[in-house]
Amino acid sequence: MAIAIGGIGQSVKRKEDARFIRGRGNYVDDVKLPGMLYLDIARSPYAHARIKSIDTSKALAIPGVLAVITGKDLVPLKLEWMPTLMSDRQMVLPTDTVLYQAQEVAAVVATERYIAADGVAAIEVDYEPLPVVVDPIKALQPGATLVREDREQKDNHIWHWEVGDKAGTDKAFADAEVVVKQDLYIPRIHVSSIETCGIVASFDKIEGKLTVYMTTQAPHAIRTVIALVAGHLGLAEHKIRVISPDIGGGFGGKVPVYPGYVLAIGASVLTGVPVKWIEDRAENIQADSFARDYHISAELAAKKDGTMQALRVKTIADHGAFDAAANPSKYPAGLFHIITGSYPFQKSFVEVDGAYTNKPPGGIAYRCSFRVTEAAFTIERLVDVLALEIKKDPAELRMQNFIPPTAFPYKSVLGWEYDSGDYGRALKLAMDTIGYAELRKEQAEKRKRGELMGIGISSFTEIVGAGPSKDFDILGIKMFDSAEIRVHPTGKVMVRIGVKSQGQGHETTFGQIVAEELGIPVADIAVEEGDTDTAPYGLGTYASRSTPVAGGATAIAARKIREKAKLIAAHLLEANPDDIEWKDYKFQVKGVPTKSKTMQEIAFAAYTNHPQGMEAGLEAVDYYDPPNLTFPFGSYICVVDIDRGTGVVKIRRFVAVDDCGTIINPMIVEGQIHGGLTMGLAPALYEEINYDKDGNIQGSNFMDYLLPTAMETPNWETAKTTTPSPHHPIGAKGVGESATVGAPAAIANAVVDALAHLGVRHIDIPITPWKVQKILKDNGVAE
Amino acid sequence: MAVQTAPATRTTTGTRRMKINVTVNGQAHDVEVETRILLVHLLRENLGMTGTHIGCDTTNCGACTVLLNGRPVKSCTVFAVQADGMSVATVEGLEKDGKLDPVQEGFHEEHGLQCGFCTPGMMITAAALLTANPDPSELEIRQAISGNLCRCTGYVNIVKSIQYAARKTRETAGGKA
Repeated sequence: MAIAIGGIGQSVKRKEDARFIRGRGNYVDDVKLPGMLYLDIARSPYAHARIKSIDTSKALAIPGVLAVITGKDLVPLKLEWMPTLMSDRQMVLPTDTVLYQAQEVAAVVATERYIAADGVAAIEVDYEPLPVVVDPIKALQPGATLVREDREQKDNHIWHWEVGDKAGTDKAFADAEVVVKQDLYIPRIHVSSIETCGIVASFDKIEGKLTVYMTTQAPHAIRTVIALVAGHLGLAEHKIRVISPDIGGGFGGKVPVYPGYVLAIGASVLTGVPVKWIEDRAENIQADSFARDYHISAELAAKKDGTMQALRVKTIADHGAFDAAANPSKYPAGLFHIITGSYPFQKSFVEVDGAYTNKPPGGIAYRCSFRVTEAAFTIERLVDVLALEIKKDPAELRMQNFIPPTAFPYKSVLGWEYDSGDYGRALKLAMDTIGYAELRKEQAEKRKRGELMGIGISSFTEIVGAGPSKDFDILGIKMFDSAEIRVHPTGKVMVRIGVKSQGQGHETTFGQIVAEELGIPVADIAVEEGDTDTAPYGLGTYASRSTPVAGGATAIAARKIREKAKLIAAHLLEANPDDIEWKDYKFQVKGVPTKSKTMQEIAFAAYTNHPQGMEAGLEAVDYYDPPNLTFPFGSYICVVDIDRGTGVVKIRRFVAVDDCGTIINPMIVEGQIHGGLTMGLAPALYEEINYDKDGNIQGSNFMDYLLPTAMETPNWETAKTTTPSPHHPIGAKGVGESATVGAPAAIANAVVDALAHLGVRHIDIPITPWKVQKILKDNGVAE
Repeated sequence: MAVQTAPATRTTTGTRRMKINVTVNGQAHDVEVETRILLVHLLRENLGMTGTHIGCDTTNCGACTVLLNGRPVKSCTVFAVQADGMSVATVEGLEKDGKLDPVQEGFHEEHGLQCGFCTPGMMITAAALLTANPDPSELEIRQAISGNLCRCTGYVNIVKSIQYAARKTRETAGGKA
């Protein structure tokens, strides 16, 4: 029966595929409205400079160029600055100073895409270059170049945040038998969804209505932001419609508001004509929000036998020129204090300082919830450093220390309440699947022959599903999510949700939740999202929150429908509601399967033959504020072989055991894990955005910024354990990001393991052939 | 010293315009375009066929892959005028007479797509591979799609999708014979 209706646990093929495989998706750049104009943006070649003058005359002389917008034009509209999620502000366009390379300087509006680009090329800006600071550690030193002259505080320090028991942790370290310390740099990277960002803004001057098609992961929040930021221009929330059509990948990069969006909206409101802005790849990588850029110093205190006792972490966070991190938590460093990971530390102290630099703003997630990868990478790397120090097998050290399954719900020393977990079971399954003991034997033999082979483990704990209103909000709006379900008279269903897929397959999986709850085939259930005029208010899709939050709302809304349906069933079966039970996806009189009603029969009755005194119809809405976050976990084991000539790291095998609680659609979950693993491989071995001392980006395109191709990506092997979340309506935890969080440490640990006999304890990611080859040469083992 | 052979006029911005004839998915189109217009923009903007996507501008990502006289090219790095007199095949032409191409079927069956943005280019590359090599090894498939970037799937299921299509195509051909 479950198979027939396509309920929970079935690998239902995706509904959304039908349009995508025919080239009939509808992405923002596919939207073409009558009379539409095109906006393009002139950007700064300097990382820090005074704008002495902007000459727009040559641009305006080009036929087809209708307007050039500069910062000064935005001042009377009070739009030259916009607020960020982190209580900072960000320039839409500068009035006098640019703070990073590729910052927006002016916008051209033209009749055609190519002419807008001509206009951008014809704008002449006279810059006076200023000193540049790109290193956040230098930025925090006295006398450093000041990035933000507009702030009252005349240094580059943004905030200090700390959590934990400092004195107790210090004492634990002072008393410890073993202390290991490791500095790690987790570099700046970019999500680089294959679709860049863009918008079509269309303002109807007569109706006063703004319609926006936008690459956003959070359309409802954007609607409210527009109303709050541009309310003084006459935009009211009931006359703003944000449509997030098909989105070509998000991964966190489509959460923030970028200046291009604001400029296109402003241009359409002023002209009354639709305006399109689509960024190109160089703009996307150079100017859109980055991820990570954390300089971490981590220490772990333990007993000689390996029992972990205390963790102490100090971090400098580079947030670029504006603190525009997409972080809706109450903590400046997001959920970084999940850093105690899968281990029952008794004492811990974590402190983070944010710094401004002359680099693009950000601090968004890269397919993870708010600094969780940084945390997981640090603890899982540090555990291996401890294993080397005390000469213990890293698997054994983990098994020895894991929070035991009997300890859940587990309150971590830094304040989180882990919902459920069985970490030893996941690691054992990973070890059995990959043949851990045999691999260690093979490694020992190869090492004797001088061959370099490494085995790396990562047993991570994630924290997702933002989130409980006590911990999260966006501009004060709590981070609930929503579902609205309508069952039509013929038993077909419309589901509308407050989140928005960027490839996750919501049209299929949310249909499966409803199918399971209502006993209606998934084929008869339509799922709509991403249109603020029709969908209930929600906070969007990121931080693996769709299933934990909107999935909860969907199950509960369906259960509300079932409650009403039960009364109708009792009416139809002429029985007392107390004698009616839900069995085999039908209502029946208890113990009498022949006396039953399907949901389809009940739906028809809800409009034709409902009990007297009952409202007609069969629909429900739920706004779900989760009681807690969810804590997916997993154990990954990676085997690498290293070429002693080139330093190239080859992943021979990678086994990923994930536990995301109840699985709605195994096929989709596996796909999510494959993708997440690949986005874990990327920063481990390939991706990094760095800057020279003048703030010039080194690699702003796919020739220099290396996304893994099919040639680098191994055949991922997956397995699972299932430990449902006790507080979630269907026991699900979310899975979109687990693999991105867990994979980098497994890969880095494998490479270090391959080189450990040479005295290597750590290599900063990305572990490029150049870095490895240097180690091999320095140790005289290069071929 | 390139010589302009086709008749060209100048637009108001000083760029040349040229009349070209391009056959897209079997249908001939006579259009006049600026010489600087990219093939992908001809398809998307002038002809309204938005199935072919733009992902990078540097010939790396392959979202814009189309077949030009049967060979896969990245249409963001081909001028529309270079396609004059040639045939172009896009994702919109894969389905024939209401029947999905085995490649399309494979991507659906094996969950070879998530956000769908790289999918058209990926499928076109796959179709070209299978025409040239009906029974490719996994390595040959991976090499063939190494110029098409996907950020969602991790490629494993894309490889399976193409293997599915290869199998299906061989079976169908075998059935006919």
